[in-house]
Amino acid sequence: MTEFLRTPPRFSATFSNDANAEIRRAAATGIYDIRGGGSKRKLPHFDDLLFLGASISRYPLEGYREKCSTDVWLGTRHAKKPIHLDIPVTIAGMSFGALSGPAKEALGRGATEAGTSTTTGDGGMTEEERGHSKTLVYQYLPSRYGMNPDDLRRADAIEIVVGQGAKPGGGGMLLGQKISDRVAEMRNLPKGIDQRSACRHPDWTGPDDLEIKILELREITDWEKPIYVKVGGARPYYDTALAVKAGADVVVVDGMQGGTAATQDVFIEHVGMPTLACIPQAVKALQDLGMHREVQLIVSGGIRSGADVAKALALGADAVAIGSAALVALGDNDPSLEEEYRKLGTTAGAYDDWHEGRDPAGITTQDPELYGRFDPILGGRRLRNYLKVMTLEAQTIARACGKSHLHNLEPEDLCALTIEAAAMAGVPLAGTNWIPGRTGM
Amino acid sequence: MLHTATIARSDLDRPRQTFDLAAQGLRALNEMLHQLRGQTNETAWEIVNTKGSHAIAVGVDAPIDIIVRGTTGYYCAGMNKQATIRVDGSAGPGVAENMMSGTVIVEGDASQYAGATGRGGLLVIKGNASSRCGISMKGIDIVVHGNIGHMSAFMAQSGNLVVLGDAGEALGDSLYEARLFVRGQVKSLGADCIEKEMRPEHYEVLETLLQRGEADATADPSQFRRYGSARKLYNFNIDNASSY
Repeated sequence: MTEFLRTPPRFSATFSNDANAEIRRAAATGIYDIRGGGSKRKLPHFDDLLFLGASISRYPLEGYREKCSTDVWLGTRHAKKPIHLDIPVTIAGMSFGALSGPAKEALGRGATEAGTSTTTGDGGMTEEERGHSKTLVYQYLPSRYGMNPDDLRRADAIEIVVGQGAKPGGGGMLLGQKISDRVAEMRNLPKGIDQRSACRHPDWTGPDDLEIKILELREITDWEKPIYVKVGGARPYYDTALAVKAGADVVVVDGMQGGTAATQDVFIEHVGMPTLACIPQAVKALQDLGMHREVQLIVSGGIRSGADVAKALALGADAVAIGSAALVALGDNDPSLEEEYRKLGTTAGAYDDWHEGRDPAGITTQDPELYGRFDPILGGRRLRNYLKVMTLEAQTIARACGKSHLHNLEPEDLCALTIEAAAMAGVPLAGTNWIPGRTGM
Repeated sequence: MLHTATIARSDLDRPRQTFDLAAQGLRALNEMLHQLRGQTNETAWEIVNTKGSHAIAVGVDAPIDIIVRGTTGYYCAGMNKQATIRVDGSAGPGVAENMMSGTVIVEGDASQYAGATGRGGLLVIKGNASSRCGISMKGIDIVVHGNIGHMSAFMAQSGNLVVLGDAGEALGDSLYEARLFVRGQVKSLGADCIEKEMRPEHYEVLETLLQRGEADATADPSQFRRYGSARKLYNFNIDNASSY
């Protein structure tokens, strides 16, 4: 029996096939892997939480009969004109440049029909977006590409971007192949060169400066616009507290599942914290300052369904933002395009080379032939449908928990499936009263 | 592309409406100035009792003439359009940040980030400018009569920076298409920034800027050197990684 004399082939858990493939790729190309999207690794997430629902101690509300409201006010702290949205699901900042003009138009159409806001991105405000978005949030980014006072005034809110979940502490890079004439003109740079988006703002450093920067933006816009501060999920307790101290109306916390147009894979997968871990810390900062609900909290990074929305709100968020999910709703990574994804060396569901500008769905591209395939009216309708479904799902859960408004959901409605999720979310492990790090067993 | 705004030296002594910042407050000042958009016959203003306040005369969008009496805090004349704003003192960080058009003159010194991300117009600093002068500039012209600090014109995209004095460390680091003219010493050049030939068109640009920047009496274009991008870092190449 010679087979018992040889050790069977044994693969290393450390040097896995994926790890070895990346070593070979790096050795062959001499460059780190750049891709779009957010963290792809398995992380503690909303899937690890469950709602308890009503029981003898709590009675539910009747579906389709008893009201469960979904609206949200944003920017009530200082702005003369706070924003009122019908649903607490907003569209996160994504740039024209990263996305095609028709894709930005579709986001505006869908969000407006669903009663929510869209957000610009690096590269400035386009007419497609302003024209089709009833409520538009204008990002104020370190690069200041396209920044001007006229667009500040015609925005409905201003979002100062300090960081994003995919790369807290990192800037961005729009590679030359996506720099069309129009993108180049909007960014004051030559066509075809890589465009770096700086990682720090050019004219302020630290929370005391941020306070003065917020003052300047308020003065330029006569104190009309809500001012958001967006941070990547790195130190959410302190970042939230400092943003509040600096005068923000709204704090946006983006966990590491939040997407990016393009960044190093090593950055996406190894810097930042999961969204689930960020929310309770941000909420605690607001509560400690007596500002919970007065300064609104928007959470983003890996929101996919109405259940995710409900869980984020139950943990204390006022609203959520979606980016990657909105792109999927528009048609990104659709299996119907499998043949074309294969030609790009990938497969539907895994395509993330958005920076190369060859998106067969016409969403993350500046190629007229490719984005010409994308129908912004149909895309807008799909996004509207998706947003409506998410809202209905969140309402279904809220009613089951006896809540007449999504904002009435609370941590007491939740339990966790894993010890990690219980510790991060600050809710008991299912079947126990144990919140690791806080309470007994 | 040069802009046509000029500094109306003869207008300095014209009759002006006075706004007392200490008495009336910042919000009232900027709201009043914003209401002057478009054509107005209230074209001459002076702001007194500034006491280092931040965000003085920000977001102005009218062809008016403002003198700020005294020293300012952060972001004076931020995002200016059309107006001529003269600071009769020194300016704090970010003076004329993201200026679109018009002219801003600082009679004294300017702190960090002067003219940051400016897209147009002319910024004149009669004294020295601190670090990061002209950072990420996107079309603005800046004339500094004195010296500038380190990391000036970092990632500068377009426009002209003219320095009659010396420049600090890492001038023009990672810059794109902005043109830098320095009369004095440059302590060091940043990544991808090199000295370039002065051609006739550069002398022409410089002569005009010195004139508009009220520096033509003290400097001659022939005294300057030009610096710009080597364009080696425009598209990422692993072989250039050690340059960063």
